[in-house]
Amino acid sequence: MKPTNINNPEYFHKVVDCQYACPAHTPVPEYIRLIAAERYTEAYMVNWESNVFPGILGRTCDRPCEPACRRGRIEEEPVAICRLKRVAADNKGEVKSRMPQAPEKKNGKKIALIGGGPASLTVARDLAPLGYEIHLYDDWHKGGGMMRSQIPAFRLPESVLDEEVNYILEMGIHTHFNHYVSSMKEMLEKDYDAIFVGTGAPKGRDLILPGREEGAKNIHIGIEFLANVAFSHVDKIGKKVIILGGGNTAMDCCRTSRRLGGDEVTVVVRSPFEEMKASPWEIEDARAEDIPILNNMPPKEFVVENGRLKGVIFEKVRAEYDENGRRKLVPTGEPDVFIEADDVIIAIGQDNAFPWIERDLGIEFGKWDIPVLDKVSFQSTLPQVFFGGDAAFGPENIITAVAHGHQAAISIDLYCQGKDILDRPSPMTNLIHQKMGIHEWSYDSAVVDDLRYKVPHEVKSITLTNRKIEVELGFDPPTGFKEAQRCLNCDIQTVFTASTCIECDACVDICPTSCITFTENGEEEDLRTRLSAPAENKTQDLYVSEVLPTKRVMVKDEDVCLHCGLCAERCPTSAWDMQKFLYNVTKASKIL
Amino acid sequence: MTYIKPKFRHPGLKRNKIGFAKSDYEGAISTLCAGCGHDSISGAIIQACYEMAIEPHHLAKLSGIGCSSKTPTYFLGNSHGFNSVHGRMPSIATGANLANRDLIYLGVSGDGDSASIGLGQFCHVLRRNLNMVYIVMNNGCYGLTKGQDSATADPGSVSKEGSNNAFQAIDLVGLSLELGATFVARSFSGDKKQLVPLIKAAMSHPGFAFLDIISPCVTFNNNPGSTKSYDYVREHIAATSRLDFVPEEKEITVSYEEGTSASVRLHDGSLIHLQKLSPHWDPTDRDSAMNHLQKAKSHGEILTGLLYIDPHSGDLHQLLDTVAQPLNTLREKELCPGRAVLEEINAEYR
Repeated sequence: MKPTNINNPEYFHKVVDCQYACPAHTPVPEYIRLIAAERYTEAYMVNWESNVFPGILGRTCDRPCEPACRRGRIEEEPVAICRLKRVAADNKGEVKSRMPQAPEKKNGKKIALIGGGPASLTVARDLAPLGYEIHLYDDWHKGGGMMRSQIPAFRLPESVLDEEVNYILEMGIHTHFNHYVSSMKEMLEKDYDAIFVGTGAPKGRDLILPGREEGAKNIHIGIEFLANVAFSHVDKIGKKVIILGGGNTAMDCCRTSRRLGGDEVTVVVRSPFEEMKASPWEIEDARAEDIPILNNMPPKEFVVENGRLKGVIFEKVRAEYDENGRRKLVPTGEPDVFIEADDVIIAIGQDNAFPWIERDLGIEFGKWDIPVLDKVSFQSTLPQVFFGGDAAFGPENIITAVAHGHQAAISIDLYCQGKDILDRPSPMTNLIHQKMGIHEWSYDSAVVDDLRYKVPHEVKSITLTNRKIEVELGFDPPTGFKEAQRCLNCDIQTVFTASTCIECDACVDICPTSCITFTENGEEEDLRTRLSAPAENKTQDLYVSEVLPTKRVMVKDEDVCLHCGLCAERCPTSAWDMQKFLYNVTKASKIL
Repeated sequence: MTYIKPKFRHPGLKRNKIGFAKSDYEGAISTLCAGCGHDSISGAIIQACYEMAIEPHHLAKLSGIGCSSKTPTYFLGNSHGFNSVHGRMPSIATGANLANRDLIYLGVSGDGDSASIGLGQFCHVLRRNLNMVYIVMNNGCYGLTKGQDSATADPGSVSKEGSNNAFQAIDLVGLSLELGATFVARSFSGDKKQLVPLIKAAMSHPGFAFLDIISPCVTFNNNPGSTKSYDYVREHIAATSRLDFVPEEKEITVSYEEGTSASVRLHDGSLIHLQKLSPHWDPTDRDSAMNHLQKAKSHGEILTGLLYIDPHSGDLHQLLDTVAQPLNTLREKELCPGRAVLEEINAEYR
């Protein structure tokens, strides 16, 4: 193998698994250390710079970081990254003064943001400090988009949402609430220099089965139901409720139903449990509220008698997979099952919908009626129109919308300045030596054995009475500290300098997880089999040095490195050094 | 300040055939200088014991005084240990071995402990062919007292403060060949590929197995001009052979080129296979070993590898014709034959 080029910022970035997995690349270990140091305000700001909604995401994020967490590869559970973010948000001090404000003097450019969700708000935050005049349009009376309409208040209190939405709106954003944009043509005719579309995926999928029309009064579409509840248009539901679907929306619908009078709420999914799209913790929370989840039961028919919904008939199937891994649901031959219901909620997915964009404006649409976009710049085929969030490539999540927003903001800024929008700014990176003294590093290098701490919940008998009572209570600061200490500090990199290595083997001997090997070089596949411990996780890189005096190379398997610093501790010549790698995605405006 | 070895180990590492993980053979975290050769030797001992699936309670570590003699704390934390008096480890080992012949005895000593204060003890335990592994972690200096030249420092070797050593060196390998040792090897702390099979072979040898391991003192004797520095040893090393240790129950699966290899079968059925790098050398011929050692020395080379082995070695218990049962388990029943036998014996003299 060729020597690893550690000057490529992506090499060490990839070692910080959580940050690498995060669509917005939030520097996770950096803020976790700040939380451990009780510097909650700074921790909050590190988050806010990167993901804009720390308090919201600390409760609702899809957490792509956690399955990636290195801790999950050496023991069962990753660090509770998401809930630590909330600790920062809950305990922070005054933050407003640390946030940039919009300058009095504008730069003369006007931007329209259509849709008031996370993508648009991110664009607003990134562009407002640069002096852009920003107009935000939303058909509801408040900003927040799906964060407000689709996430129930028992998971995300309104006060938290308002606070973080307002940090942005107070940057001099011109809001046009209760204003449904019904024509892109009209928007283009106004004097905006650029238009950003962040309208999400607002159309819930329907399920056309016998009885659908007759029972329409008691058959609801999931996201519409959640929005109606959020805006207090609906405040009760029948005693017996069936939720069709296995995603996070289904989980929110069933738990909401429990709070609106549903005593017997059942979730029914057509496929096996393993294929449910809902996050495991949301499934767990639903089950904790006495909601059974039945699987392998596709619905066949809504049963309506005398104009009244009686229930749903389900077929029983099992999943079979062909050699390409494609699934087929095969009837088991068991008799169909009838489940009684007063109401049924269909939560089987949502789609983009752009009925308001005229198709003769030069904005091309491709497969699934999704706009044709440049994957990097988010620019549509009409140069001044940009898309982001769920509106761009279909439904994802909040953190992805934020990441889109940052990139779209850069594109809009470049576009408005007449620069090449494909000339993207490089990330900011920094690599700094961390030794403080003998056995002393700037970070807690000792690896704690603690297992993941559980977030305490409010008592069920209380939470089920009121949909606005938050279920999760968040870590208190002492537990937050303990959980923070579980972080392995993967951003403190093991940096190897071949020219100073005397090949004494001290690092090989001390490494608790046998990551380091000195051996003859070879092809990657061959090398992976010849290391101190087998390097079977191919998603993790091998760090290979230049050839050493004994004609061998140092090979480090990054997979389960604990970043404990013992290799550097035992290195007599500091050929190994622990250096903090900070990687920060460049934003349109400098926030911190 | 934290200096704690984490408990987590690589999840892909296998357990050995008696169900122990490699970490079960580790000890406390080392307090020796960073980069000390001794730590590498500890690592090789851990590796060898893990691979040989030695039951930790079936081994006793014995040492004297010095940096080297501290190391038993840093390996085999679940085994017996005795950190004895300076240069007196052989006496303790002899006593322990006579009392319980069933344990594996692993003596760890240094050049000060064995070649100076304990030279007499070293010679005597060797000529008695006590069944033990005797490792000398040889760094040519007194590291624990700030690096004065030791008795194994080569003449002319430059110390860290710049003085040339004026005295002749005691070559413990030459000495042990001369005194009739039955297993003599030299190795280098920085070459685990050679060291691990040598330790395994030494542990299988019935009798005194001597391992002189050059182990650079990274703090006081790793300077230019020193003949025991990492760089110097690497540049001047010459190996007798590439060595494989094949445990008794394993079949030999590697095919060796004829004429260049030699095999020595140990009494327990294990096999030491040597891929000879020098065609005229016979590992079971003491004269050949001494010749080669001298020749290498005059060429300024450090000869490493297994230098000599007596496959017919009989250890001290065999020489003394002791009973097979460990002496410390003999109780009154075995030791006192009873009145009837006494009467019989007395009758013989009447």
